[in-house]
Amino acid sequence: MSATFVMLAVLTVVSAVAVMLLRNLVHCALALAVTFAGLAGIYLQLNAQFVGFAQLLVYVGAVAILIVFAILLTRGREPPLQSVFSGSAIVGFGIAIVVFAVLATMTLSSRALGMEKPGEANASVAQIGEQLMTRYILPLEVAGLLLTVALIGAVIIAMRDKEPE
Amino acid sequence: MDQIFVNLKDWLVALFPAGRQQELVSALISVAALIGTFAGLFALTTVLERKGLGRIQNRYGPNRVGPYGILQPMADGLKALTKEDVVPRSADQVVHFLAPLVLVAPVFLALAVVPMGRNMAAVDFDAGILFFFAVGAATELSVFMAGWSSRNKYSLLGAMRAIAQMISYEVPLILSSLAVIMIAGSLSAVTIVEKQAGYSGLIPHWFVLTPWGFAGFILFMIAAAAESNRSPFDLPEGESEIIAGYYIEYSGFKFALFFLGEYIGLFAASGLAITLFLGGWNAPFPFLTWIPSYVWFFGKLLALIAVFIWVRGTLPRLRMDQLMNFAWKFMLPMALINLLTAGVWHFTPPGLARWIICALLVFGPYVALGRTLFESKKLAKRTYSYAE
Amino acid sequence: MTPLHSYLLLSALLFAVGLGGALTRRNAIIVLVGIELMLNAANLNFIAFWRYGQNPQALTGIVFVIFSIGVAAAEAAVGLALIISIYRHYKTANVDQIDSMKG
Repeated sequence: MSATFVMLAVLTVVSAVAVMLLRNLVHCALALAVTFAGLAGIYLQLNAQFVGFAQLLVYVGAVAILIVFAILLTRGREPPLQSVFSGSAIVGFGIAIVVFAVLATMTLSSRALGMEKPGEANASVAQIGEQLMTRYILPLEVAGLLLTVALIGAVIIAMRDKEPE
Repeated sequence: MDQIFVNLKDWLVALFPAGRQQELVSALISVAALIGTFAGLFALTTVLERKGLGRIQNRYGPNRVGPYGILQPMADGLKALTKEDVVPRSADQVVHFLAPLVLVAPVFLALAVVPMGRNMAAVDFDAGILFFFAVGAATELSVFMAGWSSRNKYSLLGAMRAIAQMISYEVPLILSSLAVIMIAGSLSAVTIVEKQAGYSGLIPHWFVLTPWGFAGFILFMIAAAAESNRSPFDLPEGESEIIAGYYIEYSGFKFALFFLGEYIGLFAASGLAITLFLGGWNAPFPFLTWIPSYVWFFGKLLALIAVFIWVRGTLPRLRMDQLMNFAWKFMLPMALINLLTAGVWHFTPPGLARWIICALLVFGPYVALGRTLFESKKLAKRTYSYAE
Repeated sequence: MTPLHSYLLLSALLFAVGLGGALTRRNAIIVLVGIELMLNAANLNFIAFWRYGQNPQALTGIVFVIFSIGVAAAEAAVGLALIISIYRHYKTANVDQIDSMKG
């Protein structure tokens, strides 16, 4: 394993665990931004430049900020001393561990074990653009429609209801 | 002369054994050159800005340290370094400490993709412009970190204003550069500059000299001023309302870092504006091409900085609602129309007809939008009420 | 160099962490964050399979992740808007207390 990968992987996993364990919600959001940035680094390490930068732009620049805003807007009068985990936390942790165990065993017994990179692979922006405009044109249009709908929907849901006169 | 810095770097790199070591040295030299040049430019700009603003406001500006006050940045730097670093007791120590670093590192990274001369881009990414905007996203997070961790109502208000403003103006910023990317057919900064090389007679092929490029350039500069919290968009630090916004609780060297980050961000945005619209390091006239390319780049950069200083000295600060209305009701529609115009420009055959069609496409909506927005204000004659 | 299964293990770990968070945390926003993490873990798999696959020219993995990022952004916006509107109604973002549909 290369040193870059190990560092990025440790950064990503540690910050992801921090997101799930920290008490302070804003700290969670900041740790989440680190996770996203670490994943972007791993994408870059895999030669997926465009996706890595898009990940940074969308997740760190937009989703993390959205989450921060949502946290500040919903900071309630809840008692802060309560545990951050819900009552049935043990079951949840159990399920997560079982899922990881299953996924790990499957991976370690699959053909992926020890598979190496088959030479150089690159995805230039021009190639991606061409694919998006030819083979994936319908999904692209649908995604555009979905984003518009989501934009309008989010605004309408979050809009404060007009006070009745 | 043109390649003197490139040759110097090649010579230095060749002193080391080939392989990984050379790559490392090459990267280190690029980084050191970037940080050195722009930190120096930052020092120069602070003093020039204060002198320029002084002149606009009919006073001298700093003139005590050194001849004409030119050593003022040294004094400022020493002062910032020796000042006590105060951190509020209730502040979130770790986040408070990290915020200035999270601001400064990405803005320097963003500079790396801007070509500053022929063969003088630190890195030439295939998706360079996307990289620029992607690392720029981290500045919003840093502003929030600074405002939130200070545990100060004014800080948080300033940070919220700053983030709202940055998100709103990022949309026209990216949309206006998208027109250029569409025409150039590339996201690489180096390729975009190369597309603007060449001259028709005396006139260079810069994108700013087309109807959509001109409109895009104006939109880009307004949005860039808002992104880097420059006046007249400096509400986040509006000292008359919220003292200094998100960096009230910063003192000493951390405050200096914020200041540095803000200026470097301004340089980066101006550098991108030059790359996208003003032909990068290309000379404006064919008979001036003997002047080295980096001289042109930094000349253009200083000219844009001068424009920013001039605007700061001239325009009053906007109100929050005016700021948002301007972004969403004027900048965004204009940027979208500009994108459409760029498409029309691409598909009409060259000639006078193309010019007239595209100029009308940009200018018509501009007049219509301006009229509508202005008339909906129902402005009355201003009445002054004096204190008795 | 790094073999494929290390990426897959990393992705599985991230997925499990996200799943654990989504199942156990009280705050609705962190539950949404857990779901985002699981989506990201899936994206990592797509990129890894694209890079190690036999036919990287097809760009299927890359294009899928681009769409996934776009859809996830839309999902986050709508999800957070829902949480804010629930918060306005119930004055809490705690998933344990939002149980008025419980029989």
